[in-house]
Amino acid sequence: MAKVEIGRIDQLPKRLGKCVRIGALELALFRTGEDRVYAVENRCPHKGGDLSQGIVSGEFVFCPLHDWKVCLKDGQVQAPDEGCVKTYRVTVEDGHLYVEL
Amino acid sequence: MKRKLVMVGNGMAGVRCIEEILKLDREAFEMTIFGSEPHPNYNRILLSTVLQGNTSIEEITLNSWEWYEQNGIRLFAGETVTEIDSEQRLVHTDRGRTVEYDELILATGSNPFILPIPGADLPGVTAFRDIKDCERMIEYAKTYKKAAVIGGGLLGLEAARGLLNLGMEVDVIHIFDYLMERQLDPTASKLLQRELEKQGMNFLLCKETAELFGNGRVEGVRFKDGTEIAADLVVMAVGIRPNVDLARKSGIAVNRGIVVNDYLETSVPHIYAVGECAEHRGVVYGLVAPLYEQGKVLAEAICGRKGRPYEGSVVSTQLKVSGVDVFSAGEFMDGEGTESIKLYDEARGIYKKVVVREGNIVGAVLFGDTSEGRKLFDMIHRGDSLESLSLSLFAPISTEGKGSLVAAMADNDVVCGCNGVTKGAICQAIAEHGLKTVAEVRDCTNASRSCGGCKGLVAELLEYMLGAEASRYATKETVCSCTDLSRDEVIKAIKEKRLTTVKEVMYVLEWKNEEGCSKCRPALNYYLGMLYPGEYNEEVESLFVNERLHANIQADGTYSVVPRMYGGVTTVEQLRKIADVAEKYNVPMIKLTGGQRIDLLGVKKEDLPRVWAELGMPSGYAYAKALRTVKTCVGKQFCRFGTQDSTGLGIRMEQTFERLKTPHKVKMAVSACPRNCAESGIKDVGIVGVEGGWEIYVGGNGGTHLRAADLLCTVKTEEEVIEMTGAFLQYYRESAHYLERTSKWVERVGLEHIREVLFDVEMRRGLLERLHQALAATKDPWREIAESEELRQTLFRDMAEKEPVPAE
Repeated sequence: MAKVEIGRIDQLPKRLGKCVRIGALELALFRTGEDRVYAVENRCPHKGGDLSQGIVSGEFVFCPLHDWKVCLKDGQVQAPDEGCVKTYRVTVEDGHLYVEL
Repeated sequence: MKRKLVMVGNGMAGVRCIEEILKLDREAFEMTIFGSEPHPNYNRILLSTVLQGNTSIEEITLNSWEWYEQNGIRLFAGETVTEIDSEQRLVHTDRGRTVEYDELILATGSNPFILPIPGADLPGVTAFRDIKDCERMIEYAKTYKKAAVIGGGLLGLEAARGLLNLGMEVDVIHIFDYLMERQLDPTASKLLQRELEKQGMNFLLCKETAELFGNGRVEGVRFKDGTEIAADLVVMAVGIRPNVDLARKSGIAVNRGIVVNDYLETSVPHIYAVGECAEHRGVVYGLVAPLYEQGKVLAEAICGRKGRPYEGSVVSTQLKVSGVDVFSAGEFMDGEGTESIKLYDEARGIYKKVVVREGNIVGAVLFGDTSEGRKLFDMIHRGDSLESLSLSLFAPISTEGKGSLVAAMADNDVVCGCNGVTKGAICQAIAEHGLKTVAEVRDCTNASRSCGGCKGLVAELLEYMLGAEASRYATKETVCSCTDLSRDEVIKAIKEKRLTTVKEVMYVLEWKNEEGCSKCRPALNYYLGMLYPGEYNEEVESLFVNERLHANIQADGTYSVVPRMYGGVTTVEQLRKIADVAEKYNVPMIKLTGGQRIDLLGVKKEDLPRVWAELGMPSGYAYAKALRTVKTCVGKQFCRFGTQDSTGLGIRMEQTFERLKTPHKVKMAVSACPRNCAESGIKDVGIVGVEGGWEIYVGGNGGTHLRAADLLCTVKTEEEVIEMTGAFLQYYRESAHYLERTSKWVERVGLEHIREVLFDVEMRRGLLERLHQALAATKDPWREIAESEELRQTLFRDMAEKEPVPAE
């Protein structure tokens, strides 16, 4: 398992996602209203939408293309739609964000 | 160097004032706040909901610890200011701290009044004012059974309701012969009492408390007439007193409250007072709306932008007492020289009274149905004559169903054409699955799932099947599944409770989903912006991506850029600039839009601000729920059939209404003759030039809901076109649901109704006034972003790219 530093927590506004590219991999990063940080693969399973630009509510993000609702904790798409995105563990140490790949 | 601002008190009015100051000038002050309670600012009004068990203390917090931190405010919670040295400009606290100030705000609020009677200090006696009192009552209810509340005013009744919910028996003791005498007349009060008795409260009226007795803790209440009752918990809710001790001790002029002038200045320079502790022109206010008004005036004054003075507030009371709606305003008691009009429907528990003096409306009380409260309040405020009172206020509520269309349908008649669902199928589903709402019918049978045009019929079917029971659910369309409230109910609550942020709306109205969803958040953003033009700051996190980034997201995650081209007319310079920018940023496709402009497709998110800056053209709002374009034909300048200057009027209309946010997108067109080359017949507002005038068509649509526009009216001049269009747009903004196009809206409310409103000179004037307020507050977003590094950083920049992780 690799741990990659991806930036500082203060670069991540609450409830506004940001995208980070690590080589060919693209992740959507979120800091929720309750100050938890999540990273998921930045591709909605429906049509590949840019999840980082979706509306964030609690621990869910709504895909900006067709409003699919994706859980940030486990990557599950919520009913009535179906699917899953890969999730990644993020940790905050001394204000720096690390993602585990 | 920053000036030092210190505030004593950390409650609703004071912190709101600080928020207003931050809005005006974030950099002006170094701020320090002292609050005696060990909590950040919370919504005191909602304490009763905490007591009633519907809400947690966290949920009523208005400003989190983090908010103070983010705004650089030092908060000393649980620390009390004990002394002000106005010579040296210092405050001293009970923890031995000394802080300097340049400006000092006193927002010390008020204290509950404790009756000076024997036994008032016994354990088990409490006030109902803060979180501590609330927690104490909740704790008591775990062990004890009998509670007594002294005071039959609003606060007492709220406390009593809470204690009932906590499983206690409750006696409410009141000194007068009827409850809430400051807000209600005897008739309304008796109706309320009857309702509360049904809920389980017991009332002891005309009782004056002489003493509280008990051995070691309170055990009962004794009255002046010698009678007594047992009580394990006594809540005193007999009134509040402004907290003026600190001010008085410091030599500041104090009457009942701390005396302030129209700019909230006290008698001592650099010291101000705001909120429940302040007395302005002899009045101390206790309701939140006037206190927020004060906060705003003070913020302006303290930032050196002294504007409009505070001239006092006219207040009305609109409340829910234990689930019962109550309203009163003005002179609501019958007295000498007044006459009143009343409706008293004992069966339904509805009572309405309007008080008239010399032919003018001066006061009102509503009980059970307060829907007309706001309107009456405005009428009282203006001193309208009795004639302007709509008789519908007193119309009995009809229970008779009107001749039902659905009753006459055969079982195999199709209700939902899109999905081929028959009346029979729907009725069967309602009966078998116990469906109660249109949404449930939709989920079960697919009826109304697609275009939604049959929703009304489905609602009628529900009513037909379920009878009166259905009216509670049937026609109600909630904002989204996060709430049971409809759009109208939410707007009403925003106005009445003066809610000002998305967050506040969601928790005051008890949203089921704490942070809402992708449907309600943008809707609330729109409604708040519409209600408070110029004051409300859009919450970017609650905007759909297109409106947040001011560009249209495309399937591949790139964006499109459409600059404004008024009336579809362009110039050599514009075309050259567009070509240069498109070349420089490798724009993969340049396309003409249906609205007569140029679309640059495939722009990368991070390039957007630079593309806008280099174009140097205003945003075309092609991504927004706002005015999109005004399409025009060539017009009489060149066209041999043209009767009017359609391009000229189109440009003028686009310049007048650009940037106006609407419930859904709005497209307009101007044609110079009935050949209609600009397709005015399928636009939200379509203008057609005829010999000597213009026809105005509304509610047309060329999209999902193909619909020919209706002729609203014919006018003679361009000025009249602009005026009528403006009034139409504003009425649409104020009364349509978010995401409801004009075509649907016109069908829902009816063209005749719209005409009645727009053709009424007074109403039109009001609409135009509010429209101009909204327009005056708009700014070009592309320019704003081009000028703000902060916005570019927050919205457009991703995290820095990282090297790939080598495979192991």
